[in-house]
Amino acid sequence: MTVDSQTLHTDLSAIVGAEQVRAAVPADAIDGVQPQMIVEPDDEAQVAAVLRLASGAGLSVVPRGGGSKLGWGNPPRSVDLILSLRRLNQVIEHAWGDMTATVQAGCRVAELQRVLAEHGQRLALDPLWPERATIGGILATNDSGSLRARYGTLRDLVLGVTIALPDGTLARSGGKVVKNVAGYDLPKLINGAFGTLGVITEATFRLYPLPAHVRCLRFQASEVSALHRLLLRVLDSTLVLTGAQLAVASESPPVLDLRCEGIAEALDDQIAQLMQFGTGLSVAPLDPVDWHGYDSLWSEDEQELICKVSVLPSDIGALTQTIRRVAGPMQLGWELKIQALGTGMLRIAGANEQTLLAALSILRAESGQLAGSCVALHAPLAVKQKLDVWGAAPGSLPLMRRVKDRFDPQHVLNPGRFVGGM
Amino acid sequence: MHPRIISELRAIVGERGLITETEQLRTYECDGLTNFRVVPLAVALPASGEQVQAIVRICHREGIPFVARGSGTGLSGGALPVESGIVISLARLNRILDVDLPNARVVVEPGVINLQVTQQVAPHGYFYAPDPSSQSVCTIGGNVAENSGGAHCLKYGFTANHVLGLKVVLPDGEIVELGGKTLDQPGYDLMGVFVGSEGTLGIATEITLRLVKRPEVIQTLLAAFHSTDEAGAAVSEIIAAGILPAAIEMMDNLSIQAAEAAVHAGYPQCEGLLLVELDGPTAEVALSMERVTAICRSCGAWEIRLAQSDAERLVVWKGRKAAFAAMGRVSPDYIVQDGVIPRTALPRVLREIKQLSEAAGLRVANVFHAGDGNLHPLVLYDRSVPGQEHIAEELSFDIIKLCVQAGGSITGEHGVGREKQKYMSTMYAEPDLDTMQLVRCAFDPRHLANPDKLFPRPRLCAEKPGRYEPHPLEQAGIAELF
Repeated sequence: MTVDSQTLHTDLSAIVGAEQVRAAVPADAIDGVQPQMIVEPDDEAQVAAVLRLASGAGLSVVPRGGGSKLGWGNPPRSVDLILSLRRLNQVIEHAWGDMTATVQAGCRVAELQRVLAEHGQRLALDPLWPERATIGGILATNDSGSLRARYGTLRDLVLGVTIALPDGTLARSGGKVVKNVAGYDLPKLINGAFGTLGVITEATFRLYPLPAHVRCLRFQASEVSALHRLLLRVLDSTLVLTGAQLAVASESPPVLDLRCEGIAEALDDQIAQLMQFGTGLSVAPLDPVDWHGYDSLWSEDEQELICKVSVLPSDIGALTQTIRRVAGPMQLGWELKIQALGTGMLRIAGANEQTLLAALSILRAESGQLAGSCVALHAPLAVKQKLDVWGAAPGSLPLMRRVKDRFDPQHVLNPGRFVGGM
Repeated sequence: MHPRIISELRAIVGERGLITETEQLRTYECDGLTNFRVVPLAVALPASGEQVQAIVRICHREGIPFVARGSGTGLSGGALPVESGIVISLARLNRILDVDLPNARVVVEPGVINLQVTQQVAPHGYFYAPDPSSQSVCTIGGNVAENSGGAHCLKYGFTANHVLGLKVVLPDGEIVELGGKTLDQPGYDLMGVFVGSEGTLGIATEITLRLVKRPEVIQTLLAAFHSTDEAGAAVSEIIAAGILPAAIEMMDNLSIQAAEAAVHAGYPQCEGLLLVELDGPTAEVALSMERVTAICRSCGAWEIRLAQSDAERLVVWKGRKAAFAAMGRVSPDYIVQDGVIPRTALPRVLREIKQLSEAAGLRVANVFHAGDGNLHPLVLYDRSVPGQEHIAEELSFDIIKLCVQAGGSITGEHGVGREKQKYMSTMYAEPDLDTMQLVRCAFDPRHLANPDKLFPRPRLCAEKPGRYEPHPLEQAGIAELF
């Protein structure tokens, strides 16, 4: 920070207008780090200009969409400016005949879905908090839900992005057609980069039709292993599921929710086959509106830990055993929701920070042995200050740093918040 | 090349693993794009990832550019050698290292042939989805470099959607693992950017792939139309009806003639032929196929046939997959393009291609992945007629420009390579290309890995990002520092 507030306010006002610059308040703090100003550009050119100014002045910038996941990541080393994408909230184009849509980063997920539904289409993704989360935010955090079982994650759905680099360059990559191999696939690089390489201003997605019919089943068993076996059997079958979510908790019996989508007559067959696979287990139809993803597991409780976990599908059973083994003796309450392909979220409620810290360390070591990962998304600040929320540094970290240094040589964007303190 | 380096390379790969004789080197002078030819200094055929690393280390130390090569079936000159460099052939790294069916994953070396992956797991009801037409000869390493597609990527996606992990020898000889067997590994998705980077970021020596369960039933329909317009309308209506076929392919009359001459697939002689494949659970496929049939009829199809057996289905596909090679039956030479357009622009763009073709006085055959708008116009010409090759190249470029103007891409699956370098600027502005070069500079600041491909012109990378000393060439105004 090399500029005084007054100068900064004047310079930012010259770009976006005085009414779109305001002093930050304590509620804007990120992990206890207090920003100085909030700036709300109107368009991508202004986003780029703000970044160029920040780079020149040596300021740190945190891009913000709906703010729903602003607490994810390591505590920032510093935050001077919050760059709000709130005003870049338009669905630019819904090319429904081509099943693509181009949308600004600040558009809420639910708003995009409403527009797409007018032509019977959707972004085939069910991220957390769609009413609050923005397109830029879900891209930056690579958020996903149960639909990934069939449609993949944003890396499989995003066709093109426009990003503003710290030096003020506006760069487009990818395109607006579903098939394109011209040049490097920067949309994949940007997806999940936590806003540390550039600020996403716009993205184009491939879309899918809204399903004509949805049918869900809920299987229950006293043992996780029975449900895990069923899940693996379903994965090894020719059935096409759009969701398979196993929920296991310290206090309640495990359940496996399965979802099929398609033509009503054809669904009868699939449901019958699923019931046959699950013979011997307790099963009931589940109203699709009662399908709950990670939202229900999430809490803002200061004393809880919420991790994103990833293991091989065949190791889901072993993971639940590990959690039980770690949490039991510490008397920690926990709840795990895990998708068919082995990614999930785990909530652990602990008595104090030391216990949470200890539990996390053991879980990490054990899930590491399962070739998986365990990222702490939500944790008490004292816990976050003692470890890298992303876990052990990957072997490719030096290469990642080289990429970071090329895109953001002065570490203007989200400093310290990503893997390895990038 | 210095004899000392030759003997160092020979010490790594053995006597039979290094080619230096000019006549033998000619085997490697081009890939599937045969109008560009360069004889390299040497070709090394390592037999392990460690040998690849040792070779790349020497290249890095000596500043020798290298070009990785699989089967050399690429259509954009991606494996074209560099005169002052060596070719590293991955043909001997051809082992399937691990098959993990419970998790639907396989780990392979880059020289494994695409179709071998499917053959390996087919008895267990799985397959490897990306299916470029060359799948019986092309390698997985080449597929990774090009982010290969194929007819079925409409439903199943491209190579990028099926690669989970890579072990890569970076251009400085370091080995790095990107991605892995489990999903969503923390950090940048460098694997995502490596796939499709056309050999410019390093050499993959181990590749973890995702397998797909073979669908319960597969049905293939042939529909004959009076025009490509009618066939195009049917494609749009099928998609609009919410049906996602495994593949929708279209061929025009000229392509049908060529394919028939070569393969005798029994295609109906028509102006626009659609090949629609549906797969999935039996009941769903049956119901969807009824709708597809009705849509084709209402759009003017005068003959509709459903392949009655797997054997019939394979013949239908054989004709389609042989379409490029079959052009030799109707024309001495041809240029194949790979432009993509938004599907809804199909009828308009096809009409405009026809106008361009007539104006140039050359025939253009159209065979393409209609479902995702990936055109493969084949510009037919005769090299022996003076000036005709040039006219064909111009026409081909005009068609690509048409695709970009329609909001599409210069390449859907063949890659940029050497062939389309000059087209990149029609699709991307300078800042867009500069931003891609940032990745190149992070992986390969000295531009040793497949240099002078993909980007319209080379750029210098500052050794250290951020503050830098101006490069002498930059000071002299010869090159632009980036």
